[in-house]
Amino acid sequence: MKFLTEYRNPEMVEMYLEELRKTVTQPWTIMEVCGGQTHSLVKNGILNILPEQIQMVHGPGCPVCVTPLQLIDKAVFLAEKKGVILCSFGDMIRVPGSERSLLEAKAAGADVRIMYSPLEAVKLAKENPDREVVFFAVGFETTAPANALSVMHAKLLGLKNYSILASHVLVPPAIEAIMNDEVTRIQAFLAAGHVCAIMGMGQYYDLVEKFDMPIVVTGFEPVDLLQGILMTVRQLEAGKANLENQYARVVKPEGNPEAIKIIEQVFEVTDREWRGLGVIQLSGWEVKEELAQFDASKRFSINIARAPECPDCIAGQILKGIKKPGQCSEFATRCTPEHPLGAPMVSSEGACAAYYHFANVR
Amino acid sequence: MSTLSFAQLSCPMPKLDFDIITLGHGSGGILTNKLLESGVFNLLKNPYLDERHDGAVFNATGKMAFSTDSYVITPIFFPGGNIGDLAVNGTLNDLAMCGAIPKYLSLSFIIEEGLTMTEFWDILVSIKIASEKAGVHIVTGDTKVVERGKGDKIFVNTSGIGQVHPSAAISSKNIVTGDKIIISGNIATHGIAIMSVREGLDFETDIVSDTANVAHDVISLLDEFGAQIHLLRDPTRGGVATVLNEIAKDILLGIDLVQKQIPVLEQVQGACELLGLDPLYVANEGVFIAIVDAEISDHFLAKLKTMETGNDAAVIGEVTAAHPGQVVIKSPIGGRRVVNMLVGEQLPRIC
Repeated sequence: MKFLTEYRNPEMVEMYLEELRKTVTQPWTIMEVCGGQTHSLVKNGILNILPEQIQMVHGPGCPVCVTPLQLIDKAVFLAEKKGVILCSFGDMIRVPGSERSLLEAKAAGADVRIMYSPLEAVKLAKENPDREVVFFAVGFETTAPANALSVMHAKLLGLKNYSILASHVLVPPAIEAIMNDEVTRIQAFLAAGHVCAIMGMGQYYDLVEKFDMPIVVTGFEPVDLLQGILMTVRQLEAGKANLENQYARVVKPEGNPEAIKIIEQVFEVTDREWRGLGVIQLSGWEVKEELAQFDASKRFSINIARAPECPDCIAGQILKGIKKPGQCSEFATRCTPEHPLGAPMVSSEGACAAYYHFANVR
Repeated sequence: MSTLSFAQLSCPMPKLDFDIITLGHGSGGILTNKLLESGVFNLLKNPYLDERHDGAVFNATGKMAFSTDSYVITPIFFPGGNIGDLAVNGTLNDLAMCGAIPKYLSLSFIIEEGLTMTEFWDILVSIKIASEKAGVHIVTGDTKVVERGKGDKIFVNTSGIGQVHPSAAISSKNIVTGDKIIISGNIATHGIAIMSVREGLDFETDIVSDTANVAHDVISLLDEFGAQIHLLRDPTRGGVATVLNEIAKDILLGIDLVQKQIPVLEQVQGACELLGLDPLYVANEGVFIAIVDAEISDHFLAKLKTMETGNDAAVIGEVTAAHPGQVVIKSPIGGRRVVNMLVGEQLPRIC
């Protein structure tokens, strides 16, 4: 557990907290982009030990949350198709579609399997040549290399029965969309460390410049998060707007060139719908045209009507930090983690679910 | 030549003219007879079972406890045990949690045709060893065989009857503010041991399930501390978090936990980090939670730590009047959060 325990060291945490208390003089609103960071803030109880002036807003960086309802319906449709084995990361299978979740489809007889790696799904396709194996490839830039690699593996093995239902989303366009919103209150961002570990920091320089705001690439452990917040607040208090890297032990400015190469071989940038935010231009990846046989959305004819989102859900305002979950009339009444009405309640990394779990502790 | 398992070495399998179990073995006819005579009855021999009757007849006086549980684990053999000893220990532990001294067990199998006789024998031998170690008799049982595809190799049900310890007063009604919450051992070990050998999860570990019978130790604790032990629970499915939530909601008091006091093996913690699981929600076997009078907690812990199943025991929290119905944990860095009930099964996170 080395490289983990030292970033959970209570003395270090207290040191950064003390430094934060000394530094902060006025209210600041900071968004942590990544669901993993939200999860850590909640799990470690960091939100209630931060100085009161610092308000953390939980961004749209939970891939489970922002996956459109229609895409979940597509995955369910494929899972229920005869001969298909639908493979997915664990937390995707409980997310309700407009009619049912993958978990419910499984209970009703569909062959749905939880995988930790898409390469497992390729193996499954090889072992089951008479079945169609579809991997539900959801995620940010972080899961893209493995998903791309699975396509390249399947191609190399000459598999004709493997495809991915891709719904990759990209962080920088989402940050841009949030900042372009007229009523946004976000003054700085903690960028997602793992995303930058893959893609590097290049795109974030443009964002810092364009919106004149600090961005700090930050890790996920308590010490990481507090150090990242401190670096951000120092900039805000000093009126600076720079890109800084708190997570230098993992993130190199150029990212991971090997991973980027494989992503570029398989994916191309496309417009993408985000649940709760709508369509954001050039904010996702889809499988390249020449690899269409590995693209489940092209391989199968999927005729799914577009299911309407619940009109009472204010996910867009929550994901942009305009409103807090508690300000929603449906929060914790009609909308709960068991019966989410919209994106941020879906996964424990979503803002509403985080608040739901965190409530009443202060 | 196939290698002989430990079970086969200690209790060699009789020579049989079949090596896999088929539908016929559950039909009640000659095949059933062969399976039972050569296998179950012979191995689990005791005066009650030897009656070969429809049920068991025995004397009982005083307050009794009765518990039942079904075991449906995949895979049926896992590091540290198999479905057989799990089914015996699980029900014995449930009885112990009622403050009872286990006496008699029933044992039922639902076997999917195709189970090899070797596998069945290994399971039976584990059952024999576990029940002998606990000093309980298996007094009645049943075997059914279902078609291939209608089961998952083998399901086991055990029910148990135990005599309630004379000085036991186990009831959530006895819990008061200030009571200490004690865990008898490392949490999440069993769940992670099972997960490490599940299909689709290739990670190498030497984590071994801690499935064990805790009844002996619980009885000794009851001998010494009696009614000052307010509640006993085994945090199996849903883990420690689920059981403590059930208790908090039941007693309408709060529970405060201190995360850094909760014992978790380092390699189990590591596996949880890797898989995106919270050990608080992972299943346990051979571990129990005791809620005891604050006055005795030091002595209780000291005694428990000297016992076979209690080496790693620790006080992990206490009952509080604040936040009734809620479990709140203090993180190692001093933050606090609510530990909720799990919605459905705990599933690995994407990132």
